[in-house]
Amino acid sequence: MWPDERIARFVNAHFIAARVHPRDTPDAFKEYGELYNAQWTPIVLLLDPAGVEHSRIEGFLPADDFLAQLMLGWARMAFDAGQWAEAERRYREIVDRFPNTDAAAEALYWAGVAPYKATGDPASLKATGRAFKERYKDTPWAKKASVWT
Amino acid sequence: MKIDFRPDVARVLQEAKAQQKSVLLDFNAAPM
Repeated sequence: MWPDERIARFVNAHFIAARVHPRDTPDAFKEYGELYNAQWTPIVLLLDPAGVEHSRIEGFLPADDFLAQLMLGWARMAFDAGQWAEAERRYREIVDRFPNTDAAAEALYWAGVAPYKATGDPASLKATGRAFKERYKDTPWAKKASVWT
Repeated sequence: MKIDFRPDVARVLQEAKAQQKSVLLDFNAAPM
């Protein structure tokens, strides 16, 4: 997954990257494994500038899925910061670029939530509920959005 | 293009705070 050029570009653009390894950096692996409750490899954590975790990716994924999950975590950071328009933009980019990944259904869900958080207008929730009638019907996210229609 | 993974996590966290940049922390057992 890491040799993929798109992933490298995305990570270098948005993050400072650190890696711990059970054999090469055992002390750091243990220390940060305990701090962040990381009990397995591979695990990727996305942390804000204060070191607070906002998302984690556990286990191997093919490149498209992995990049989509990274983008999902990046969108989550904007969402958690209350940057609703930016969060929606990031979520919609996942749906547009990686529509066949597992991340896409989750992104579609949160892309509907973000504008509602910004305005309080439930129109985006209703539209998202309707969208799930057409796409990603068999996902947990469609079930969650079903209450909006 | 490669990702510039750094082994010194404490330093990375310090820099992230100073630069207000997010951190990707990879727990990985693959050969480095």
